[in-house]
Amino acid sequence: MQPIIQFENFSFKYDSQQKPTLKNINLSIYPGEKVCIVGPSGSGKSTLAHCINGLIPERYKGEVSGTLSIAGKVADSFSLFDRSKVIGTVLQDTDSQFVGITVAEDIAFALENAMVPQNEMKGKVMDAAIQVGIEDHLQHQIFELSGGQKQRTAMAGVLVNNIEILLFDEPLANLDPATGKSAMTLIEQLHQQNNKIVILIEHRLEDALSQTINRIILINHGEIVADMKPTELLKTNLLAENDIREPLYTRLLKYANVPLQEMEQLDKVEEIPFHNYRKEILHWYEANVPVMNEEKIQEAPLLVLENLHYTYPGTKQSILKNINLTCHAGEFISIVGTNGAGKSTLAKCISGFEKVKDGVIRINDADVTNESIKSRAEKVGYVLQNPNQMFSQPKVFDEVAFGLRQREVSSEKVTEIVHDTLKVCGLYPFRNWPITALSYGQRRRVAIATILVLNPAILILDEPTAGQDYKHAKDLMTFLQSLTARGTTVIVITHDMHLMTEYTNRSIVIHGGEVIADCKPSQVLTNPELVRKASLKASSLYEIALAVELAEPFELVERFIQFERRVAQYGE
Amino acid sequence: MANEMLGYIELDSFIHRLTGATKLIVFILWSTATMLTYDTRLLVVLLVFSIILFSVSKIKLKEIIFILGFILFFLLLNNIAIFIFDPNQGAKIYGSKTMLTGTWWRYHVTAEQLFYQFNITLKYIAVIPPALLFLLTTQPSEFAASLNKIGVSYRLSYAVSIAFRYIPEVQRDFKTILQAQQARGVDISRNEKIVKRVKNVIAIIVPLIFSTLERIETISNVMDMRGFGQHKKRTWYVGRNFKVADIIAIVICGVLVGVTLWLFTVNDGRFYNPFQ
Amino acid sequence: MKKSIFDTKTIVAIGVGTALFFVLARFVIIPTGIPNTEIQTSYAFLALISAVFGPIAGFFVGFIGHALKDITAYGSAWWSWVIVSGIVGLGIGLFFNKFKVEAGEFTKKSIISFNIVQIVVQLVGWGLVAPVLDILIYSEPANKVFTQGLVAGLWNIVAVGVIGTLLLIAYAKTRTQKSSLSYEE
Repeated sequence: MQPIIQFENFSFKYDSQQKPTLKNINLSIYPGEKVCIVGPSGSGKSTLAHCINGLIPERYKGEVSGTLSIAGKVADSFSLFDRSKVIGTVLQDTDSQFVGITVAEDIAFALENAMVPQNEMKGKVMDAAIQVGIEDHLQHQIFELSGGQKQRTAMAGVLVNNIEILLFDEPLANLDPATGKSAMTLIEQLHQQNNKIVILIEHRLEDALSQTINRIILINHGEIVADMKPTELLKTNLLAENDIREPLYTRLLKYANVPLQEMEQLDKVEEIPFHNYRKEILHWYEANVPVMNEEKIQEAPLLVLENLHYTYPGTKQSILKNINLTCHAGEFISIVGTNGAGKSTLAKCISGFEKVKDGVIRINDADVTNESIKSRAEKVGYVLQNPNQMFSQPKVFDEVAFGLRQREVSSEKVTEIVHDTLKVCGLYPFRNWPITALSYGQRRRVAIATILVLNPAILILDEPTAGQDYKHAKDLMTFLQSLTARGTTVIVITHDMHLMTEYTNRSIVIHGGEVIADCKPSQVLTNPELVRKASLKASSLYEIALAVELAEPFELVERFIQFERRVAQYGE
Repeated sequence: MANEMLGYIELDSFIHRLTGATKLIVFILWSTATMLTYDTRLLVVLLVFSIILFSVSKIKLKEIIFILGFILFFLLLNNIAIFIFDPNQGAKIYGSKTMLTGTWWRYHVTAEQLFYQFNITLKYIAVIPPALLFLLTTQPSEFAASLNKIGVSYRLSYAVSIAFRYIPEVQRDFKTILQAQQARGVDISRNEKIVKRVKNVIAIIVPLIFSTLERIETISNVMDMRGFGQHKKRTWYVGRNFKVADIIAIVICGVLVGVTLWLFTVNDGRFYNPFQ
Repeated sequence: MKKSIFDTKTIVAIGVGTALFFVLARFVIIPTGIPNTEIQTSYAFLALISAVFGPIAGFFVGFIGHALKDITAYGSAWWSWVIVSGIVGLGIGLFFNKFKVEAGEFTKKSIISFNIVQIVVQLVGWGLVAPVLDILIYSEPANKVFTQGLVAGLWNIVAVGVIGTLLLIAYAKTRTQKSSLSYEE
């Protein structure tokens, strides 16, 4: 069979860079395939995607060597426009992909450009909308859509062209777990029923594997490290060695010394016969009795919310209903729930960005409900999701010093506090750098530093790890954990169930503006009722716990987390 | 900072059913007529006519009362300014001077001045209803298609569509950034002295502008990948064809401009002069 | 494919730029303390767009942005002044190759030439074109419209001279150091 995409000894170097980003790539993708490209950030996977969809060489210039052919044509002679009729790209940033004012117009965009007559266009838009299940929202504007609906619109927008290849750049990055799962199901449908070739670029491998994937291509430092079937790859340690998050269940099986080599398949978690390895798993379970944390003496509460209500100004639409919460110093809390459940609103109410309608907010026993944003910020710091929205000074030092200088702190004191904060954040060596020279992960730390200088007792972060690879996400969560050790209470809003369980010690589940659970993360993910209601995704460890008939499934998750923390600290 | 902002209000009326292109043409022709003419009779007819159109559109007065108050206040100020700067502008235009009061320093009230200022106010007011109607009864989606239909390049028309797509988003980002910077102690109210206030405003617009401009590259890549600009023309999902009512509306406005020009010859200039 | 003066990037710059100009013109105005005079940050931004994306983008961001702002705020557009906003964007944009902001080197020399250009363009625009159009369209008293034009023009010159220059310096800084990177992200 002829490959539809074929890289042969292909290398690419951007004009603006000194070293090649892709080195000697040999890769063939065949009709009917569904492949997943994984790699840490900076590995070259986005560059590979640009080569396929034609942004390289038309938009990004550089030196190419070797050959690339797509659908039997040499890529050089295959223009961006012509490629758009064969390949549809769905970006991670679905906001930028949405160019129309309404859903219908956005789906129609490619047809309009191809001068399809209006009457014909309406039918085609409807067909594409039905394929992805967005047909009931055709007249909606972007701000009325959830993350999942934006992504469906983006898919419909490329499907109208009747393309052969669907290329997804991190489709799961901005979705809540349940929405991510249904996105993967939809992609599988398009693959099976409409015969699309699917190329996924994704580092949340376990979530991507919720549907069949034929082949995984692991790329790092611009080279292909592995090109194999998921089961084969999961038997190796290549993922961990290249900073890709390995699925939890294979991690557990490896820790328990289950002989993976004899397994027929490892990619469909629900079909793995865990029960056959009950002995090994239980052995590991018994050997890892958790170290009992002696119950901490409950100190006086730091933050207390009493009967909090919030409605959008000028409307009767109730966003938060009767929220009651108590937080203590040094807790690491995650807030989870679907898009639009009220997570961000709750965070903004606590930070004083939004005025609550009813209820009381107490910090250290003082009523702060009606305090100004500025004074609240000295107690609660809120870090925006996009760090670039916080920077107004060119240099790192000045940016971090900004909040103190606004408060007219003396300049010696400013230098002292800023230097201390930069050291805590690991940014001290960069203090005189322009912010624009920093990586995204570093910028995020600068954003946190700008808030930390005001020494708030509570730090709130909105989706701090969205769109970052495993290594960067881990680094950030470890850093936040170190802040809790200093006594700061850290609250993160997150969609990432793994980071939630691995790092935070308390989860607050919000649904329809109400708190529906407030417990240990491991308890959330092993409660099927809660998982379903709040659109979360049960942990694969929960499946194992059921299969080996453990009485308390969450105990397995707890022991697993403790084990991993120990390994991370002291090695195996 | 006024938060009142005019925009499309969904209703069903004769005016709403006209295509966006029609309303744009009417708005342009109407504006041209009111800008050209100084004939009181024509301005009064235009004003009466536009008030009728407004009532046909079913838009409630309370939805635009804020803006109307704003405009009337502005016109009052403008009239005072005109009088202060030149109380004899009317006399110069109409070539006569009918004194209604005595002179105090350089100031006196003449019938010509009153008539001139009455006319200029009419001119400003008569253009408001068609502009408001265009804005309040045309879906933002249809703006771009309408511009293209009256001959503006489709690429430029699409830029207008992108502007509408991004205005709510930039507004939301502005609010978020403002709050985040307020938390860091930035105050842009009158509590701060001017130099400090300018600095504080810069601390808000820098992140707003740069984080928004960052997206230009991604958006233009997306548009290229989705085939924007491959042909000399494009079709529009929301475009509508002219119906009889549209043609009638355009013809009436064409006649209006014709009448305006005809009055130039009747009046021997743009002014209707009752003082001769 | 025939090249249009409106390449996709210019179109997007006009669209997104108009949205920004509009929001700044509506919400980010600094009262100076003197009645009826204010520093309009939107013109500082217009200067940035013109100096970075050139005269076409500059003209349309000024023109469309000002027209939209007028219509949504006052229910009608003051075309004489709307056109001048376009001319200011166009005028500054004509010299965009001289400023070299995109290359990341907004030097003292560029700052001076940028300010000479903006002062001349705005003086002609607000001080001459706008009043003449006001006289032609509305027959307003000459001394009134020239005074108004000059006052507004001077404040806009201050806005562009101070805030606009700072924006350009900051923008140029975001463009530097790109060539020394050896990773893609």
